[in-house]
Amino acid sequence: MKKYIIGGILVIAVVGYIIFVKESTATPAETTTTTETTPTSTADASAGNTPAASAGRYKDGTYTGTVADAFYGNLQAVVTVSGGKITDVTFPQYPTSGHSGEVSNEALPVLKQEAIATQSADVNVVSGATQDSQAFQQSLASALAQAKS
Amino acid sequence: MKQTRFMMGMPITVLIVDPHATETAIDEVYDYFARIDEKFSTYKPTSEIEAINRGERALADASEEMQVVFAMCEETKNETAGYFDIRTPSGKYDPSGLVKGWAIWNAAKLLEKRGFENFYVDAGGDIQPHGHNADGKKWMVGIKNPFDQNENIKVVHVANEGVATSGTYIRGNHIYDPRGGNRAVDEIVSLTVIGPNIHDADRFATAAFAMGANGIHFIERLPGYEGYMVDKNKIATMTTGFDRFTRA
Repeated sequence: MKKYIIGGILVIAVVGYIIFVKESTATPAETTTTTETTPTSTADASAGNTPAASAGRYKDGTYTGTVADAFYGNLQAVVTVSGGKITDVTFPQYPTSGHSGEVSNEALPVLKQEAIATQSADVNVVSGATQDSQAFQQSLASALAQAKS
Repeated sequence: MKQTRFMMGMPITVLIVDPHATETAIDEVYDYFARIDEKFSTYKPTSEIEAINRGERALADASEEMQVVFAMCEETKNETAGYFDIRTPSGKYDPSGLVKGWAIWNAAKLLEKRGFENFYVDAGGDIQPHGHNADGKKWMVGIKNPFDQNENIKVVHVANEGVATSGTYIRGNHIYDPRGGNRAVDEIVSLTVIGPNIHDADRFATAAFAMGANGIHFIERLPGYEGYMVDKNKIATMTTGFDRFTRA
């Protein structure tokens, strides 16, 4: 289903996005072994572009989220906070789609990029973010609660 | 037959191509949205969700519909490593991020049940199409330019797939991040997700948008979903299977 674009075609390296840790082979479905997030270290905040002073809402450190038993596999997020701001989110455990294992041993696909450009206005209907931000605002506001403790 | 009404803080459009479309059928869809709004609106003190938020009603005693929504929210939270969460910073519940897509999907199912084949339901830019358009072709859905609300930056061709877009608001050149503070999300201006239906496309679009630049990789790994993400530098990143929707 997902095809990997191999070089040659307008492919631009997504340098800033390469932060996924290559997933290890799937671990047994072990639902929510940890319910609390665990700050493991602050040394990982190596981006070095922000003073250590914690100016944001989150405490500096690396937080490992619960292993979630998603319907398509296990999922786990690791959030790195530096200078009170989120500097990195990785998924050491990530579902490998229906074709189990097929993806896990390959490099992450490089995703195609392009500069946005105006296209035909001849459409039936248009999809865009709702200007009323209520849902957006509130569902996101608490999304990063893991790093707040 | 086409109608637009302003409800739940957004324009809701219903278009039915089938010749046997009736006002009654369209009214039924709006009645459904009105009923959902009465129950789930956090703006209405009389809503059931607000009774729950005030502690006047226990979740265990809530209506079946409310319990179904809460269960789906919890499931989505687990599926997205906590990125989808209806708990607000003040400790209240706001499931509207899920209710919208779910209600659009239910509205579409209502039309199907009435024997309609070719239609779409669009609530604030989240769309559930069905069948084909008036020309007998796939529905042509524009992706709005997040920097200019009057322009499209992409056209996708869909039949029954849901198309949902999450984004920041843009006012002139200013990108307003309502949460403040989190630069990771600031980088991304909009994320459009095409999924098997609008309910699933919408909830994963919301969660993936919260992941910032990583969101498109999350969508990449979801079987059956494609995404188109626009960052603040006006560069779009798309999932590897997205292109199949850009062809008629």
